[in-house]
Amino acid sequence: MTAKAPMSQRIWDYITGSQIWKSIFRHPFPKTRRDRTLAVLTNVFLHLHPNLMRKSALRPKYTWCMGGISFFLFLSLTVTGLLLMFYYRPTAEYAYVDIQYLREDVPLGIMREMHRWGAHAMVITVWLHMMRVFLTGSYKPPREFNWGVGVILLVLTLLLSFTGYLLPWDQLAMWAITVGSNMARATPLLGHEGPGAALIKLGDIQLIHSGSDARFGLLAGRFVGAPALLRFYVLHCVALPLVAGVLMAVHFWRVRKDGGISGPL
Amino acid sequence: MAEQSPKSTKGLQAGWWPPSLPHKGGAAPAPAVSAPAPPAAAAAPTGQAPKSASGQMSKSSGGQSPKASGGQSPKSSGGQLPKASAGQASKASAGAPAAAAAVAVTPAAKASAPAPKAPAAPKPAPPAQVLTKEMRDAVGRKIVADYPPAGSMSRRAFISWCGVAWTTFAAASAAGGAICARFMFPNVLFEPPMSFKAGPPSEFSSIGMVYEHFKAQFGVWMVRDEKSIFALSTVCTHLGCTPNWLAAELKFKCPCHGSGFYKTGINFEGPAPRPLERYRIVLADDGQILVDKSKKYQWEMGQWTDPESFLVV
Repeated sequence: MTAKAPMSQRIWDYITGSQIWKSIFRHPFPKTRRDRTLAVLTNVFLHLHPNLMRKSALRPKYTWCMGGISFFLFLSLTVTGLLLMFYYRPTAEYAYVDIQYLREDVPLGIMREMHRWGAHAMVITVWLHMMRVFLTGSYKPPREFNWGVGVILLVLTLLLSFTGYLLPWDQLAMWAITVGSNMARATPLLGHEGPGAALIKLGDIQLIHSGSDARFGLLAGRFVGAPALLRFYVLHCVALPLVAGVLMAVHFWRVRKDGGISGPL
Repeated sequence: MAEQSPKSTKGLQAGWWPPSLPHKGGAAPAPAVSAPAPPAAAAAPTGQAPKSASGQMSKSSGGQSPKASGGQSPKSSGGQLPKASAGQASKASAGAPAAAAAVAVTPAAKASAPAPKAPAAPKPAPPAQVLTKEMRDAVGRKIVADYPPAGSMSRRAFISWCGVAWTTFAAASAAGGAICARFMFPNVLFEPPMSFKAGPPSEFSSIGMVYEHFKAQFGVWMVRDEKSIFALSTVCTHLGCTPNWLAAELKFKCPCHGSGFYKTGINFEGPAPRPLERYRIVLADDGQILVDKSKKYQWEMGQWTDPESFLVV
């Protein structure tokens, strides 16, 4: 560093020569192919993206970008949902009032609408993503495992949508969940109206009845009440996103390991 | 290697249980070698090695360079020789101590083979420090032969030990899962009770009337016909919504998907696949009507003729 160098150059050199800078960026400015690859591989965010890609994978008409849009919507739902949690109280007394408050009085009431519409959009994009994968035959080996992971992710998306639907705690929510959770009555063996439930008994005592079956476990009661609201809230905000997040990591990892975004193998 | 394997298993069986035992004596792999092999020259512990090594060396290199190798080698080659000879010793202890001594000489002899050239040069030491392929192989054989160290767990014991560990882990996980599942089923519910007293039959005297007092709290319509009273469930048989009683049209109408039911509970319009259910209705000891929702009667199963599915008045 000579004294003749202009001030801007010296400041730049000082910054890029500092330990902080070097500890973040392990390589010089990527001018060569090798450095470019290294820059991608040593960056946790960039390394999610392959450093080599098929041309066909970049054609929007091929993938419709539906997987990426689904993930983007998931991120945006996480952010907006987290913000809603600052105002929403999952109790029978406050839930409906808090939603009203979020819509009418909290600054940027659009936050709640973004969460709601984003959720609807994500259900649609996940379905379209699945459809694209099916139509392009991308479920075939070696991607059959990832197809399985994707099916679970689809179910999780629907469950997230379903559990979120109860939280506004209005008539629509109440009856939608009543109707939806009635399906759990017909769970094989574990639903009190399902096939095989009558077989599970201890002597004369029926073990599976309306107070102990799968629906009861879901609602914490025989009908949709305050315990169901709290239970759905926890599932919606913690349990399901956590599982979905882990499976998404597996999903994306497998996309890379199974030959990249779909194309002729 | 073939002749070494029986030795290694024999050493392992010595005391594999409990697994922590072999480490108690601080028996690191290297010293363990000396334990089973008393033969004099071959299995000499490290402390004596330099002597024996140099002794053999002087024997092999003869009188050619007594000064040069004698002065340098005890330390330099002594550090390497005991390893080589000990490696052979573990093999030899199987049955031929005499041969072991002979075998142990060979690496030393080869190691010091360059020594004859040394006296001419001013510094004769370096050649003795070179690890020949044979010496490296000998060390390698020793490591392989003595692994795992004598007295430690055998492969089979280790795997069965893993089986116990995994079984314990699986059982603990299953118990944890069961506890978590049980946690989700509360013992006390803040719900209306499954059965309730509806008052004396005289309160339901007007024929053809649908009484809605108990709809909100218990989900029951009390219906009076010519001869009896019955308790009708307010749960729509389509998807579980609550229909409304439309007195002017004499029907129950579900707001969700438009199912319609007659006053008797029989479905006649909309998607509902079967009539409304009826609950058990009896007279209690105090003369009041007792409605028990834990027992239900379904028309399509021919249960509406059951004497407890209606109350004759």
